[in-house]
Amino acid sequence: MLALEIQGLSKTFSVGFWRKRPRCVLKPLNLTVEEGEVFGYLGPNGAGKTTTLKLLMGLVYPTTGTARIFGHSIDDPRAKMNIGFSPEQPYFYDYLTAQELLEYYAQLSGVPGLERAKRAAASLARVGLKDIDRLQLRKFSKGMLQRVDLAQAIVHDPKFLFLDEPMSGLDPIGRREVRDLIQELKDEGKTIFFSTHILSDAETLCDRVAVLNRGELKGIGVVRELLSGSEGSVEILWHGEAGRAEIDALGARTRISGAMTYAVLPQANLNAALDALRKVNARIESVNPVRHTLEEFFIEKLNLNSDEQPMEVARS
Amino acid sequence: MTRVFPIAYNTYREAVRDRVLYNLIVFALLIVSSALFIGQISIEVERVVLINMGLTSISIFGIVIAIFIGISLVWKEIERRTIYTVLAHPVHRWEFLFGKFIGLFGTLTFNAALMSLGFYAALFYLSHGIGRVDAYILVAIYFIVLQLMMMTALAMLFSTYSSPLMSSIFAFATFAIGTFSEDLHNFAAAAQGPAKGVMTLVAYIVPNFSSLNVISQVAHGIPVQSGLVFHNSVYAISYTVVVMFCAAAIFENRNFK
Repeated sequence: MLALEIQGLSKTFSVGFWRKRPRCVLKPLNLTVEEGEVFGYLGPNGAGKTTTLKLLMGLVYPTTGTARIFGHSIDDPRAKMNIGFSPEQPYFYDYLTAQELLEYYAQLSGVPGLERAKRAAASLARVGLKDIDRLQLRKFSKGMLQRVDLAQAIVHDPKFLFLDEPMSGLDPIGRREVRDLIQELKDEGKTIFFSTHILSDAETLCDRVAVLNRGELKGIGVVRELLSGSEGSVEILWHGEAGRAEIDALGARTRISGAMTYAVLPQANLNAALDALRKVNARIESVNPVRHTLEEFFIEKLNLNSDEQPMEVARS
Repeated sequence: MTRVFPIAYNTYREAVRDRVLYNLIVFALLIVSSALFIGQISIEVERVVLINMGLTSISIFGIVIAIFIGISLVWKEIERRTIYTVLAHPVHRWEFLFGKFIGLFGTLTFNAALMSLGFYAALFYLSHGIGRVDAYILVAIYFIVLQLMMMTALAMLFSTYSSPLMSSIFAFATFAIGTFSEDLHNFAAAAQGPAKGVMTLVAYIVPNFSSLNVISQVAHGIPVQSGLVFHNSVYAISYTVVVMFCAAAIFENRNFK
């Protein structure tokens, strides 16, 4: 079942005071997310990631297009029964405690009265916030608020989580903990749609990623396939410079790095290259297939011309 | 609809934990101390002055709090983005707005009730008892609460589309004009030509706070007619419903950028 189905969703704002002029922040977007999938929504700052999330949450209205969450239109409150949303840079009610805030949100999501306190406490514990019973939210640090933000998104045990830059504002330990939490939620079968511009997070957690730039979808890819693709090349690293000319002759790109030589050559010439190196008694340090990184995919997609159609790069 | 009440309670809780109760304490102290002072001036008019001063203070304090909290209530939620997480739950926008209204109106009613207790304590101290005629004061307090209800709705209406500064200007201007609405009606009746139509329209758009002000009447022990209580109740509730309906219509179409 599709957890999220976006069809032609776009947003154009009117800007200017006297002479209003249109400014398109999201070009027609088509996207689907399967149930149980962790989907990374990548893009540089100002790409339109947060606007997409606001459109899905009903905070801004689309200029064109529709979106459905578990089959319900985003205009229908039933679409929000099974979702949790964690906005970027969250603010909450200053004079409430975290427990009170979570009970309030649980009530809004229809959690029965007797369960609210228990669920709120469990969610806070899950994001690593304990012993803060009497502390009002105005006294929380930025990192603590980020954790409260995640706790409120999961307090009603939703099936689908929308997270906008969930790791921003966290220290390295906090980032690690949030990453582990997202992994746990994924293992529980939750569907997760999260926006980020930190590629290592997406690489670790996501099943698929989409790249957005200047309001336009540039490409979608399955992370596992992107990372396992070797392009048919291998890299060899050996001590000294001996054998470099022979390797060059096999169509390799070589370079010297300190006391080591590094070469990238076609997979088909690997055996010949190894033979050549053995002949000169070179000490081989490593032989590895050349793998794509998410960063390469990201940069490649950002460099597409804006008039090119978005493409499904590698989808299972 | 069931989500209106958690939002209302949360609004009330936030307001009470903020600064509203401090106003009450200051006000109660002012009432009691002024009663002691007034008692020394004159035996004949002390009661009239106390009732006038006490009820006007309840009204003014309430209106100021209604405007200042009312205009920032929705604006603050948008500006601080707390509305993002609320509307991401299965909550209609009108439920959010209506919940905020009920929460603030509840706070103001609680506020007015506490101030009225302080006022009655001062009256008891001055008169060495409470008579049957003092029951009319409750009607005047009820009318003040109706004014607070209308003013809360107006402040929320302004805050759905303008900044707090502009909203406060609009709200105070509306309150000032509404206080003299009887004069507007008289002026409309006396006007000629197109001005008559315009003035009549304006007179009916602005809230009629004149008919909700019976402070002088009760201060002199003159009874308030039950017909006026009924008429004012229906008018205030209808006016509030229309204003809140307009606020919801504007709020429903807003983009939270």
